[in-house]
Amino acid sequence: MIPAQFDYLAPTTVEEAVAALVEHGDDAKILAGGQSLLPVLRMRLNAPEMVIDLNRIDSLRGITDDGDAIRIGAMTQHSVVEHDPLVEEHALLIHRAVEHLADLQIRHRGTFGGALAHADPAGDLGAPALALGAQFVIQGPNGSRTVEADDFFVDLFETAIGEDEILTAVRVPKHTGWGAHYEKFVRVAHQWPIVAIAATVKAEGGVITEARVGMTNMGSTPLRARAVEDALRGQPATDEAVRAAAAHATEGANPPSDLNGDAAYRSHLATVLTRRAVLAAAGA
Amino acid sequence: MTRINLTVDGATVADDVEPRMLLVQYLREKLGKTGTVIGCDTSNCGACTVHLDGTSVKSCNVLAVQADGSEVTTIEGLAQDGRLHPVQEAFRECHGLQCGFCTPGMIMQSVDLLKDNPDPSEEEIRLGLEGNLCRCTGYHNIVKSVQHAASQGAAGGSAVTQAAGGAQ
Repeated sequence: MIPAQFDYLAPTTVEEAVAALVEHGDDAKILAGGQSLLPVLRMRLNAPEMVIDLNRIDSLRGITDDGDAIRIGAMTQHSVVEHDPLVEEHALLIHRAVEHLADLQIRHRGTFGGALAHADPAGDLGAPALALGAQFVIQGPNGSRTVEADDFFVDLFETAIGEDEILTAVRVPKHTGWGAHYEKFVRVAHQWPIVAIAATVKAEGGVITEARVGMTNMGSTPLRARAVEDALRGQPATDEAVRAAAAHATEGANPPSDLNGDAAYRSHLATVLTRRAVLAAAGA
Repeated sequence: MTRINLTVDGATVADDVEPRMLLVQYLREKLGKTGTVIGCDTSNCGACTVHLDGTSVKSCNVLAVQADGSEVTTIEGLAQDGRLHPVQEAFRECHGLQCGFCTPGMIMQSVDLLKDNPDPSEEEIRLGLEGNLCRCTGYHNIVKSVQHAASQGAAGGSAVTQAAGGAQ
């Protein structure tokens, strides 16, 4: 129940935080919202010597209009993202995923960037961020760089963020007017999804002109269901057409087998949830 | 050790704490506020819910050092001048508990929920309490308690609004 001992720093600027990371290297761990990290420390699955808390860095919070995208500060809490009008208008898929993420107390404390940097394949934000083609703004000792969503998620709990770098913001390209739905299948309330599907769809006159689909917990990273997206383009938003396209959901997927279900079960779930998510996103 | 200054249930406190000390540990072991309980090891159960600067958090998932400069309200700070908070009254009135272990967290989360949504539907109450586990009641009387508290204007001022609405 009690974490192992560690030293603690709470810098007030990103530059100070990066300098601390450079100094302490492997021995340091970044603390964002802490809703995954603190349980890990309590169970002593990890025992960093130095914890660098980003909660006092005000510049990392907030959501702004950034032209063709919205910019979400990495330390913006889920509950803020959930109620933000810019997110709802331009990235409805993020809104849909966040509103049922974990529970209210966790959403008050947990952060958008922290969850993405943690890169749990069962986390609710990776698939929507991937589907929307988010760009990850990362700062290190040599300045800032931007990583595209396709290159951000590397493996289980592993991202493109370097050891001496911090995720500072996520740019989400505007998908204004697109319908969206996040369909997740959980065993009990507020658990991680066994499988979830993030779908956002542009439809005109009952025809799907463009679709973007992300999958949660169907591999070691969030995945993009590109075969489904291709199959949906130009199709009517009907149960029959969407069902046929959703059959492609498992192409390229490598679902895990665990106590909640084996790979075959997850593959079946993915096709069912994809149909539901796309139909709901299309308003059908 | 790190020096922290904060307000807990209206009183100013200052202490030297280890960075690894959890807020819930600090409340219980340093301040003796054992009304806030620890029900799990995984941050699932919500029994340790308190308000940190006005919003509900699981105090096992916050470090005491992170509360430096903040205002914390626990279940022990809800009653005013010897009178129970309306949500506490509602839990008593509707028998919203059996063993009572989850109750401090349930009440703190219910107060938070009603602050943002003074007149929640049954589904909104169940979603709002999703992060609080009860192993006795099946939640039925807990939901009734929150509905009763809402009807009594527990969020502050909403009773007047509802009375006006009801007269139409």
